[in-house]
Order: sequence, then C-alpha cells, then structure tokens
Amino acid sequence: MDNIVGKKPALLWAVHLSVLALVLLWVLPVVGLLVSSFRTGDQIVSSGWWQALSAQEAQQPAIRIAGTEVAQDGVFAISGNLYGGKGGAISAWGTSSREPEAHAPGDTAELADGLRLTVQENGDFSLTSPASLADQRLPRVFTTASTPPEFTLQNYRNVLFSPLAGQSIGQAFLNTLTVAIPATVIPILVAAFAAYALAWMEFPGRALLVAFIVGLLVVPLQLALIPLLQFHNWIGIGKGYLSIWMAHTGFGLPLAIYLLRNYMVGLPKDIIENARVDGATEFQIFIRIILPLSFPALASFAIFQFLWTWNDLLVAMVFLGTDNDKLVLTGNLVNLMGSRGGDWEILSASAFVSIAVPLLVFFSMQRFLVRGLLAGSVK
Amino acid sequence: MHPALQAILVILGGVGGCVGYFYASNLILDKVLFPARGPQAGRNINRANLVRPWLFLAPALAALTLYLAYPVFATFWRSLLNQAGQFVGLANYAKMAHEPKFTEALGNNLLWLIVVPAAATGFGLLAAQLTDRIRWGNLAKSLIFMPMAISFVGASVIFKLIYDTREANLPQIGILNALWLKAEGGIGSVLILQLLPFALVVSLIAGFAYLGWLVLRPLWRRRDETAWIRVGRVIGAAVAVFLVIELASWAYGIATADLPYGQPQAWLQIPYWNNFFLMAVLIWIQTGFAMVILSAALRGVPEDTIEAAVLDGANPFQIFFRIKVPQIVGTIVVVWTTITITVLKVFDIVYAMTNGQWETQVLANYMYDKLFRAFDWGMGAAAAMVIMALVTPILVWNVWNARREMR
Repeated sequence: MDNIVGKKPALLWAVHLSVLALVLLWVLPVVGLLVSSFRTGDQIVSSGWWQALSAQEAQQPAIRIAGTEVAQDGVFAISGNLYGGKGGAISAWGTSSREPEAHAPGDTAELADGLRLTVQENGDFSLTSPASLADQRLPRVFTTASTPPEFTLQNYRNVLFSPLAGQSIGQAFLNTLTVAIPATVIPILVAAFAAYALAWMEFPGRALLVAFIVGLLVVPLQLALIPLLQFHNWIGIGKGYLSIWMAHTGFGLPLAIYLLRNYMVGLPKDIIENARVDGATEFQIFIRIILPLSFPALASFAIFQFLWTWNDLLVAMVFLGTDNDKLVLTGNLVNLMGSRGGDWEILSASAFVSIAVPLLVFFSMQRFLVRGLLAGSVK
Repeated sequence: MHPALQAILVILGGVGGCVGYFYASNLILDKVLFPARGPQAGRNINRANLVRPWLFLAPALAALTLYLAYPVFATFWRSLLNQAGQFVGLANYAKMAHEPKFTEALGNNLLWLIVVPAAATGFGLLAAQLTDRIRWGNLAKSLIFMPMAISFVGASVIFKLIYDTREANLPQIGILNALWLKAEGGIGSVLILQLLPFALVVSLIAGFAYLGWLVLRPLWRRRDETAWIRVGRVIGAAVAVFLVIELASWAYGIATADLPYGQPQAWLQIPYWNNFFLMAVLIWIQTGFAMVILSAALRGVPEDTIEAAVLDGANPFQIFFRIKVPQIVGTIVVVWTTITITVLKVFDIVYAMTNGQWETQVLANYMYDKLFRAFDWGMGAAAAMVIMALVTPILVWNVWNARREMR
C-alpha cells in the first residue's frame, strides 16, 4: 500500500502530521497530570503545567524572617537568604500583604520600632534593629520573584506514606490488589472447563448455551446490584472481600467463556482426536493439551479481567462498601476529588499511583490484549 | 484475618477447589457410576460421555445463572414493588416518567448514545487508516490505545485538570481555559472559534442529510426488502433527520453567538455543552479500542481489490471510502455496538466529575442515586430495567448473529 502514497509526498506529509496531531491529543492529557504530580503545590497553582520548564514570575507565599542575631556596635542584625540559597530573582518585595510590591530589590524599608530591612535581588536580606530581636515576632516578607523550575517526589511520598486520615493511598493500593488478583484467577479455571465443553464436546443444547452466553455478555451489571446484595446478605457474607470476589467472578465469566471457546474451537482437531484414540480421559486432554495450548487466550482474558477489576468503581462501592479502610484506589480517588478537588499536587500523585499498575500491565502485555480484543469482537 | 492473607487462601482454595472438583467428579463418573468395564462397558462409556459436558459446565452455568440471568428477572420483579415491598404494578415507572431528573438522564443518555460511538468509531477508523501507512504507526497506535488501561476515574481526574477553572485574575492551570483566554475577539478568534466550527457543522449537516437520503432511498426503489429492514431504514432516516435539526440549531447558535471573550469558563457547569465535555473522556478512552479492531479489519481487506482500484485510477480517498470501508462494514457495526453498550453502562465518569449536577445526569448514575442515596429500591430497579430495555435490541441482534454463525 506504500506505493500509493509514495507517489505523493505532500499527502505522506499530511498523514505524518495528522497522526502526530492525533497522538499528541491523546497523550497530552496524561502528560499534563504526570508533570503536575512532580511539581509543588505552589508551582501548580502559579502556572500551567506546560510552563513547568520555564522560570516563573509569581508572587511567592509570605516568608517570615528567621536567623541568628548578631550584635555589633549596639545594633542588632540578622542576615541570610529568603529562599535558603535555592535561587530565584526578586523583582519586587514588601512587608505588608496590602502592598506586597512596595519596594524594589536593593531598597531599604523602614519598619516600626526602628527596624530596617534590606532585600537584594537574589533573596539576601539583612534586618537591623536598635534593640534586641530575640523576643520579637520578626516581620514577614512578600516577594514577587521568578523561581527556577523545580521538580519533587514529595507529592508521592506524601500520598503513599504520610496521608491524612481516610486518604491512605497505600492502604487503598493493597485493597485493590487484594480485590483484583483472586477476582482474576478464579474465573479463568471455571471458564476454561466450560469453554472446553462448549468447544469440543458434542451434546444436545450446545448451540443454545453458546447463545445464552453471548446474550449474557451484554447484560448491564447494574441489573445485578439489587438481587445480589440481597442474596449476599441472605447467605450471610454481606459486604466484604468474599462478596466482591464472587461478584467479579460472576460478571467476568461470560467474556471468559466466550473468549476461550472462540480460541479453543480453532485448535487443531487431530491432536485432540489422537489423544482420545490413545485412551486419554477428557480430564487429561484438558489439563495436558488444551490448557497449555490455550495460553495466549488465557493471558488475554487475565489481562482484561485484571484491568477491569483494578479500574472498577461501581462493583467495589456496592459489594465492598465505602468504609475508609476498605476503599479501593478508584473509590479513594473519587473521595479525594470531592474533598480536596483543588489540591492538584495530592490529586495528581494519587491518580498516578492508581493508574501506574494498569499502564505497566498494558505496555508489557499489549500483544495479548490486542489478540484478546480481536478474538472477542471479530470472527 | 488480614484481607491479603484471606486473598491468598481464596486463590489457593479456589484453584484447588476447581481442579479438585473437576478431577473428582470425572473420577467418580468414570470409575464408580459408569465404569468402562464389565458386560455393559460400551453402554457405560456412552452414558458417561453424555453426562460429562454437564460436569464441565456446571460451576460456570451455576455462577452465570445466579449472577447474571436470575438478577434480570429479580430486578424486574423488584421494579414492580414499592419501597415497603408491596406490589404496585407499574407505579414506579409512572413516577419515574414524571421526574425531571429521569427525563434529563434519558435525554442525556440518548445524546451519549449518538455522539460517543460515532466519534470513537470515527476517530478509530481515522487513526487505523493513517497509522497503517507509516513507519512509526505501531508506536502511534500503542499511544492512542493507552487510555484503555486507565480507569474511568483516573481519566476523570486527568480531564478535570484540563477543564480546571480559576478566577480571571489568577493564572489558569487548565489548558482549555488557558487556550480560551488567548482568544480576545479579534479577527483570528472569530475565524477559529466561529467560522471554522460553523463550516465543520455545516459540512456535518450535509453529510448526515446525504447519509439519511442514502438510507431512505431504497424504500421506494426496492420492493423486495423485508418489513424489518424497511422499519430499520425509517428509524435510521429519523435519526439522521434528528441530527440534522440538532446540528442546524448548533450552526445557528455558533453564527449568532456573542462569545464571552476574556472570561474564564467553568466548562463542566455550562448546561448541555458540559455533556460533551464528559463525553470527551469516554471518546478518549474508547477510540483506541475501535482503532485496534478496525486496523485489523483494514489489513484483512484483500489486496487485489485495492490494486484493481489503483489500476482504474482511484485516488486514496476513493480507495478508502469506496473500496475499504464497504468491505469492513460488518466490523464497524460490531465496534459501534460494543461501544454503545459501554456508553449505556457509563457511570464512573459522571459520578466522579459532576455527579449529575448541572444537567449532566445519566441513567446509570440516576439509578445509583435512587439505590444508595434515596434508598428507593423500587425506583432503582425500574431505572435498571430502562437500561436493560435499551440494551435488549443489541442483545437480540448479537444472539441472532451467534446462532447464525453456529450453523
């Protein structure tokens, strides 16, 4: 097909540019959040993430002067650097929140009680006073400065290791893992046996059963919420991990059986019939031949089910509950959006913790995912 | 017991239990019930083989019936009961029909149903076709496919940052508002924000009108079609007419709008349009899915049909629309219906971003509201049945297709 386009370089360029535009459109949202998660809260609100690499001119939060006092010739002085030597270029400063840009760098401001404050462009200050400053509240300095870009891992440290009550991402991470792994493993075996029967055993009603499963593929799980909650309460497991494992298993089975059956039907007939002739039981054929040969399909489904259970919100809220210690990552994220919607440094880091594992699985096993998608939708 | 420990036990118990069940049940069948020896060996083997499929199927069938089939009927029955559990017939449905929030949810859902599958399939087809021809196509595909791995909630956070709004005197950190504030009402912004969208919408109107005409025309040209196909044609044409009218009102709105330049917009709080900002999240996620499947279908188009077209002097656009697309129409329909089902179940995005405020309610979130905030299970069940009713045509179509393929 290349030869068609190859004749028209202009068209080829148009194709390259359009693909680039599409890719950028699809990737930039994630990049925005990723960049934000490495910036400090102050930086996030003072400029858009696309400006993260340039120095930023912005009003800085007030800094209270601190330092050790030096007495010389009856004058007490404190000097130091406002930014602790981290850099930054002050364009204006002030000592009152009403006039934060009253002075230019290098000026000396006369404060009450004979205090004199000088602030240089690079943040160096010196404060002098006729009386000892030891017991006094030292003045605050408001600066407008351009600060160099700064990236930090502090946001991740905060959300993972020192969270506020009810916002423990670390705990939620463990909860999600606890939900997702059994909910991925259990349906596979159950489905594999059923798929083998549907693919390779002759019995009356087989076509009807396949149709039944195809029908169940699209039943919205919203319908299952009320009856299953009642059922789980009735058998006494209520809300909890057992409840959500069973729910995910039930909801994942139609896709599992469908995918595996489609794959197993395509396995070479000779192998299975030879094994039957050689006297292998159906159980042996399944364990020794079918399961190893179906590995790609099993992997496809496992990835689907893992992504789905990891990313699910509704089933977790209904069957696991919304208590703080049982929140999964998605539930935790929704709570954060409600309670701390403006704190992007927390929100972005939490979001990235929650999408890191699926992204890892996605990029490392994309091949199986694509194969599974194709088997599930097109024949 | 710690949940993680419990999880490990459940995995071991579940896997062990499964293998144990299948092994033991097969053993009992072969050695105890119908042993393949003695005078009736032949009859026994046949009998065992009659029973065996059901041994293999039993656990799966039990789970499917209990977790998916039975709930459909149980939910239907629950929708006929009131809060106290007394039978009230269709009263819940009647009450729901009179709730403005429900009609809003239904209307929004229809909007979602039209826009999201169309946009995701369209972008997917575009991406599939374009990436097929370039060397870094696989990398591009994998990046466009990536959002599939991101949860709806994660995607909501990502897009919330895009739509973020702050007061006019503060720096904007949402990229949409930053771009919006770049427009100041001069010729350039009128060109980009009004003339360009106007031209796009008008061309869409023309496209849908032509499509509707194509769908409707065989109604009087061809007399041999079955009643079902004719009904389908009328419905398709009605959708096209609806879209044309809707888009015409857009075109009028764009042409006459007095855009509030210089004021940051709270995108998620502008009624009607905020639906589209929510839909963008789902389109972003689903496009990759459409692209992967359509790309495989495009590669399956026989090379000789394309070569023949090239020899006849067709240009690339003609090859795409006249040769390739007609050959993958079946796959396009499959992709379209799959995304339609996802749309009907969409809950997380609306729940996380607006929770149905500012007229963005959808059925799934409405149902959750009824169930877990109003604790009115009858109404919640009725809302679930409405979702089921919307899914049913696709369910029937899928089952019909599966039956046809089995034969």
